[in-house]
Amino acid sequence: MEKYILPEIRDLQKIDVYEAHGGYSALRKALQMKPEAVTDEVKKSGLRGRGGACFPTGLKWTFMPKHTTMKKYLCVNGDESEPGTFKDRQIFEFNPHLMIEGTLIAAYAMGVSVSYIYVRGEYAKWIKMIEQALHDAYAKGYVGQKILGSEFSTEVLVHKGAGAYICGEESALMNSIEGGRGYPRFRPPFPAQFGLWGCPTTINNVETISNVPLIINNGWEWYSRIGAAKHPGPILVGVSGHVNKPGVYEMPTGVPLLDIIHKYAGGVPENKAIKAVIPGGSSTMVLRGEQLEGVCMDAESLRAAGSSVGTAGLIVMDEDTDLIKVLTRIAQFYYHESCGQCTPCREGTVWLWKVLKRFEDGDGKVEDIDLLMDVANNIEGNTICALGDAAAWPVQSMIRLFRDEFEKRVKAPESKRAEAVAV
Amino acid sequence: MLSEQNLKKLDGLKKYYKTSQALVLPALWMAQQEQGFISEEAMKHVSQLLNVPYGHILGVVTFYTMFHSKPIGKHHIEVCTNVSCMLRGSGRIVEHLEQRLGIKMGETSKDKKWTLSETECMGSCGTAPMVAVGEEYYENLTPEQVDKILAELEGK
Repeated sequence: MEKYILPEIRDLQKIDVYEAHGGYSALRKALQMKPEAVTDEVKKSGLRGRGGACFPTGLKWTFMPKHTTMKKYLCVNGDESEPGTFKDRQIFEFNPHLMIEGTLIAAYAMGVSVSYIYVRGEYAKWIKMIEQALHDAYAKGYVGQKILGSEFSTEVLVHKGAGAYICGEESALMNSIEGGRGYPRFRPPFPAQFGLWGCPTTINNVETISNVPLIINNGWEWYSRIGAAKHPGPILVGVSGHVNKPGVYEMPTGVPLLDIIHKYAGGVPENKAIKAVIPGGSSTMVLRGEQLEGVCMDAESLRAAGSSVGTAGLIVMDEDTDLIKVLTRIAQFYYHESCGQCTPCREGTVWLWKVLKRFEDGDGKVEDIDLLMDVANNIEGNTICALGDAAAWPVQSMIRLFRDEFEKRVKAPESKRAEAVAV
Repeated sequence: MLSEQNLKKLDGLKKYYKTSQALVLPALWMAQQEQGFISEEAMKHVSQLLNVPYGHILGVVTFYTMFHSKPIGKHHIEVCTNVSCMLRGSGRIVEHLEQRLGIKMGETSKDKKWTLSETECMGSCGTAPMVAVGEEYYENLTPEQVDKILAELEGK
């Protein structure tokens, strides 16, 4: 398939090259349209968010109030901290203007006065790249006052995070921009009603916003025919773990996971069997290697298989992988990243990690398997934001699918050990 | 406390945000960049500068992993040990670094030259394993390459 988000064009990050390949023509076109028509085009295209929730982007935009005296804001979410996810980084490096153009079109469609591109602090090097691209876009009159001679004015700037996974959660991200701790907010009210400083706000992922220029340039019908019918468009899939060629691959949605692993990522080293995969970043439910046949990288197919697309960060684990070790590390992550607001998550994540550590060290007990399940079940659905669910799902799915692995790791009872010594 | 240049920069940012509190993160980044960490004095300074309670500033500094309220080593080596890196041998990198530097994860060497920390996913899953030193990423690492990086940093 032709690549649209990350085409193989040398120096595309430079504004002259981007323009020479049709860059900013979608912005020109959008500025000739009515804002509602732009939103309508995105709505009809079927574009769904690429940040994990797969929410229809155009629909999200319609939630923004049309008649208000308040300023409106857009946050472009580049916090990218989900383990196994490294796709937005490619856009920052190789096609930042596509993201900026998409941001401007979205700002026009929703009447936004300031857009913040929120990027994780660890991406300091990439922030410089985005700032350079923004500087060039300002210099050419694509951003700022009376853009390209129209009546539309909008500002775009980069806001640097400081190391917090939770700030990728949209309401925590807004609190972070407001200069506070990254605590998620209760919803309702939703950001479109009460967002940044209580004003209407929309939050879109970097990859989502980078799809917008394609839709405006080529029309919603063209876009909706790419990939899976109910979840169309190009998608950036990051493949990591036990594959020969890890990396980010652009493909239409709906490609079978086995094709992604074998055709795109070069298969598993030494042709080992696949024990498990995490399809969309560490927050998504794990799948067994044997159940991958026919499962595709789109929302419907993965839901049917008992997981989700998430951020399309596919982590592959071969037959020799110690899954207890993997799960313990995942639990440690959520324990570290829990913001601490909700008791089930703050206390539950540390217990999940501690009990799993017991298993990893060979001190687990049979009852601990059910204890883990119990703790996970009591976190799920009982927290303000989805981090609690994200901490529970890997544990629940891993135990459901690989209970035997846990049982094997259970500490031998004293009597058994005495027997073994006697023998 | 903050340099003239940074104060000017901060002033230029004001028009993009509705409240001065929104400048807390940018101001703290500047303070850390100037001093290497964020001292109590720096926090008080930012608090007065932006008219935000000191307790709020302290809360922010302690919330975000990248803000340091205590001095750290000259070279801060962070090793990602999350799943994608773990599956591709970050354990060997950790072992090698601990042995070479004579310190454990989370420690700073006595001469204050090195700080070694375990870090969460840095977005290098396709080029794992990795370490970050300051703003620089080193990827697709082997223990031999770690030696090269250490030799390079040793000279700095």
